[in-house]
Amino acid sequence: MDVRQKILAATCGISLLLVIIELVRRRKLRVEYAWLWILAGITIAVISVNYQLLVWITKLIGAGFTSSTLFFFGIFFVLALCLQFSVKISRLENQVKNLAQQLALRNARKPGDEPPAE
Amino acid sequence: MFFISFHVCPTARLFRATLARQVDAMLPATYTHAMNARVMILLPAYNEGSRIGTVIAGIRSVFAEADMTVVDDGSGDDTGLQALKAGATVLTLPFNLGYGVALQAGYKHALREGYKYVVQMDADGQHDPGSIPAVLGPVAEDRCDLCIGSRFLEGKSYPIPPGRRLGMAILRRVASRLTGRTVTDPTSGFQAMNRRVLEFYARDSFPVDYPDVDVLVMLHHHGFRVLEVPVTMHPRTSGMSLHSGLKPVYYLFKMGVDIPLNLLRREK
Repeated sequence: MDVRQKILAATCGISLLLVIIELVRRRKLRVEYAWLWILAGITIAVISVNYQLLVWITKLIGAGFTSSTLFFFGIFFVLALCLQFSVKISRLENQVKNLAQQLALRNARKPGDEPPAE
Repeated sequence: MFFISFHVCPTARLFRATLARQVDAMLPATYTHAMNARVMILLPAYNEGSRIGTVIAGIRSVFAEADMTVVDDGSGDDTGLQALKAGATVLTLPFNLGYGVALQAGYKHALREGYKYVVQMDADGQHDPGSIPAVLGPVAEDRCDLCIGSRFLEGKSYPIPPGRRLGMAILRRVASRLTGRTVTDPTSGFQAMNRRVLEFYARDSFPVDYPDVDVLVMLHHHGFRVLEVPVTMHPRTSGMSLHSGLKPVYYLFKMGVDIPLNLLRREK
């Protein structure tokens, strides 16, 4: 693999890792979500310094090119992430629903009540 | 399909029986008719400020002592205020969450306030208040747990666009096949139910985006008795139908996914 390619890939992987760690440190990203990202960062970093690993994986899964291996795992990772988000959003939506309903129940206005000052 | 049980779930039966005993124990033994028991009319409303007052007055003219609860689903107009003025209890959702969420808020309110029966109707005046006794009667006489007002049973209908009619026909077939009885109007929002159904509807498993045929199948699966009676419905005078634009397509898709999945679920 070309040295320039290696430098680019390694830089990407390491900066991704640094950004993730910084986000978690500032509590802008919860560890709950960070693990997948950290895994992605480490994978990019490891593969960029160890090209033979990528070649080995490519052979292992029977892909023709190393680039298709990268794309395959890249897309699969994004899919998995989207799925995780969908699951989370479904749960959040249910929680928001229950909260809104509870609020409505607590603030029920009966006829004769004072109209609320809006 | 071999592992799907179409039998009535024994746990649900037990649950129902226990609950029924508890509910009956809480109420005086003197009531004989639904009109003496506590009935709540539930009207989920979204931007119905111009009509809600008339609808409430219409219901009151038929069923004077009814408690009415309007769930204002984050309307942009004065739906809540108009309903309050007309003498209904108003639950206000902080933002628009959809028909099913509004309905469920109403069910939860009814449970909390100890109502024995709930009659749910559309707030746009489509459902004729004159049909309330017809819908409530079978539930109050304990002939069923849920009673659905059908606009097709006795041909008391209005013209429906062909596209919708096809969708309705498909759903009717599916619902009839899966529940083993004829269901003529599974999308009807004119329903009466007892507390057992309310408890069931208040759970998180209630499909809040489009509650309908899938709910019927779920109810059937859990051993509830569902009955249909003919009612009078009027065509909408204005406003948006729930089923407009691309929604019917999503709706059919949702039913296609939800109904089989509900049969695969094992819920306590």
